[in-house]
Amino acid sequence: MATIDSKIPKGPLAQKWTNYKNHQKLVNPANKRKLDIIVVGTGLAGASAAASLGALGFNVLNFCIQDSPRRAHSIAAQGGINAAKNYQNDGDSVYRLFYDTIKGGDYRAREANVYRLAEVSNSIIDQCVAQGVPFAREYGGLLDNRSFGGAQVSRTFYAKGQTGQQLLLGAYSALSRQVNKGTVKLYTRYEMLDVVIIEGRARGIIARNLVTGKIERFFGHAVVIGTGGYGNTYFLSTNAMGSNGSAAMQIYRKGAYFANPCYAQIHPTCIPVHGDIQSKLTLMSESLRNDGRIWVPKKLEDAKAIQEGRKTANDIPDEDRDFYLERRYPAFGNLVPRDVASRAAKERCDKGFGVNNTGLAVFLDFKYAIQRLGKDVVAQKYGNLFQMYEKITDENPYEVPMKIFPAIHYTMGGIWVDYELMTSIPGLFAIGEANFSDHGANRLGASALMQGLADGYFVLPYTIQNYLADQIQVPRMSTDLPEFVEAEKGVQDKINKLMSIQGSESVDSIHKRLGHIMWEYVGMGRTKEGLETAMKKLKELKKEFWSNVYIPGEANTLNTELEKALRLSDFLEIGYLMAIDGYNRNESCGGHFREEYQTEEGEALRQDDQYSYVACWKYTGENSDPELLKEPLDYEETERKTRNYKN
Amino acid sequence: MGKEKELNITLKVWRQRGPQEKGAFETYQLEGISTESSFLEMLDVLNEKLVKERKEPVVFDHDCREGICGMCSLYINGHPHGKDQEVTTCQLHMRRFNDGDTITIEPWRSAAFPVIRDLMVDRSAFDKIMQAGGYTSVNTGGIPDANAIPIPKPVADEAMDAASCIGCGACVAACKNGSAMLFVSAKVSQLALLPQGKVEAAKRVKAMIAKMDELGFGNCTNTRACEAECPKAVSISNIARLNREFICAKLKD
Repeated sequence: MATIDSKIPKGPLAQKWTNYKNHQKLVNPANKRKLDIIVVGTGLAGASAAASLGALGFNVLNFCIQDSPRRAHSIAAQGGINAAKNYQNDGDSVYRLFYDTIKGGDYRAREANVYRLAEVSNSIIDQCVAQGVPFAREYGGLLDNRSFGGAQVSRTFYAKGQTGQQLLLGAYSALSRQVNKGTVKLYTRYEMLDVVIIEGRARGIIARNLVTGKIERFFGHAVVIGTGGYGNTYFLSTNAMGSNGSAAMQIYRKGAYFANPCYAQIHPTCIPVHGDIQSKLTLMSESLRNDGRIWVPKKLEDAKAIQEGRKTANDIPDEDRDFYLERRYPAFGNLVPRDVASRAAKERCDKGFGVNNTGLAVFLDFKYAIQRLGKDVVAQKYGNLFQMYEKITDENPYEVPMKIFPAIHYTMGGIWVDYELMTSIPGLFAIGEANFSDHGANRLGASALMQGLADGYFVLPYTIQNYLADQIQVPRMSTDLPEFVEAEKGVQDKINKLMSIQGSESVDSIHKRLGHIMWEYVGMGRTKEGLETAMKKLKELKKEFWSNVYIPGEANTLNTELEKALRLSDFLEIGYLMAIDGYNRNESCGGHFREEYQTEEGEALRQDDQYSYVACWKYTGENSDPELLKEPLDYEETERKTRNYKN
Repeated sequence: MGKEKELNITLKVWRQRGPQEKGAFETYQLEGISTESSFLEMLDVLNEKLVKERKEPVVFDHDCREGICGMCSLYINGHPHGKDQEVTTCQLHMRRFNDGDTITIEPWRSAAFPVIRDLMVDRSAFDKIMQAGGYTSVNTGGIPDANAIPIPKPVADEAMDAASCIGCGACVAACKNGSAMLFVSAKVSQLALLPQGKVEAAKRVKAMIAKMDELGFGNCTNTRACEAECPKAVSISNIARLNREFICAKLKD
């Protein structure tokens, strides 16, 4: 029977990572050259891992679906990256960053991983500065910080509202250097379609050249998945159009466990949906909650008047505005964590206080910040975000408050990994958003960039050696081995099957229907009945997809509809996994809110005695439900409490 | 919002099967396009319609759809990313068009960016320029504290402005010479301004310029079309800095 071994090192929490590094196995420089590592994905995690492994002397093959590694969706992260530098002298420390992250994750993350994350956070900032990342600075020439949700210190480093872009370009430049040196070979416009397992170990991938349509085989002594999250299961999300969960599902089907799939983050500050041809949702950075105040009208008749276009925000006097986050959570105010802020917005809108024509929006108002700081200061801090908002909505946020609403943004769940970031398949690793490891049931703002770069720069380059040290005698294998042939055939069969359906529904139309089911039943508020309905509907939709999808063109050439269809076939499976996981988890925690489990005040109600575990789902076959394995979460350092952001 | 209207438009779209094949414009009619939708959502509607008619959709590059990944790349009515200032194609909205308009859509027009299919082009030349020297030569780890070297705020801000380049290639597409000077100068400037990048500034500028020339990009003749069309308003003063850096580096040879 499968057992879960998280391989957490012994010793006190603060010593675990140091102890691990002191005792792990290493690969000597001459042997590194003989070892091939496949890294799939070029986002913050993938690019930083490929660059660091290349710099160490390994032979790296790095794949991305876009035309350049610099396009990966990490580029769109706006607000910032956390680190425990305590440059502000406001009481920050490694412990406090660790504690805030554990608490922010609603006590559903692994202590040892989170502590390590906090420990390496400071090195990330040093690394990025050395790469030439132009972080914001004070007039004295030192680095500036701002605050993000779920923290009472200012520990977030930023580069205007384009922090993700600058960090990714830093990692991309480090990667480019390694390409120049010949340690990394790039495969752009390639999509992984399966992992190859030989004698129980990951030994390569099957990938499709998206330009020629050719299916190709690649060998690696180890395979690293850094392919991001699966938020696009919902069709509408803040993810890029190409973001997908297919690599995760491919390895899941080969035996890697999928952990906590139901933990999806719904970000409170996104531009509301405008209509049914909308293709994606745009995030407005959480950093805006530093200075913007969130409100809806106090009086229902005012809300109605705004919804019908008879009144505008500026017609509502201050005393008739309900700053509901400041009212409900005095200690954290507008900077409560994302899950709390999202649910509070939903609660107001459900009661009829929404402020646009659909009733699904709340105000984020900068009037007060402009009064306090002046327009210039506000423009300097948030100018590019304001510009982005105006381009999309045609409204000027300097004059009228922004309208915002929660949207799917990030997935905390993902491929299960142990302390070494290795999946349940030996030699197969998962990093960044693709794994489940550090954020528990809810991720704090500015922590995704931290985790992606921590994994890629400072964790994986160590832990992968502990595995590879035993592989130095293994020669490069031929891709003509039967395992490669068989994996390629599986991919080819799937493509042939999809192309042969020739039904009448487009890929997007089925994806939109999947999105509706997910948002309705596996969204912000979930119930037992709703999840049962979701599972039933998802089975039907899957059947319809496999019998009625239409893909034009041919498979052996560039075919964007085929690419989308392959991804959708996996989103349909992920949707089901999310629903079954949510159904199993009879509690509310972080991003998973089961309406049956809430306090009288409407806050999430955990059931620690029953659900203090990582839910690891094991694939059992095409037509059977997955098997649930549990990794218990032991809290040695922190006392589990009900999260309190009120006082 | 609330000012939503519906447009009927005519599209003239460049269709080309592959790099070696001959392309041509195809004309399509679209009805009832919401002014609230984005330009790419309008193309989604076109593609959905084509798929329904069992035809192959128009291929175009796009990803983040929020103006930062640099993937989208359309030449719209004679302008890269359309006529609006400081927007990428994905941020362009249909409210900027009128009922009855004819919209012409072409791929980036540059010899250094060959067409792959329809509106999708190959910009891997940009990656090659970056690989030639667009970095600081530091390995992972063993780095002094981030605050060890103070950097004056105006310098950091200027570096940030240069670094905001998204690598979309609009500058090359806009330039009558097909020059990549704005792209190269943005990276050279960012790194030459910062103390961390200054160390290798001379080597970097020579390597990146040599690679740019080798890949067939043209020269700069100061027409400033690149600056006018850049969705991130990267300033042409970076090209002046690039020239300065290059001449200084060459003089030291």
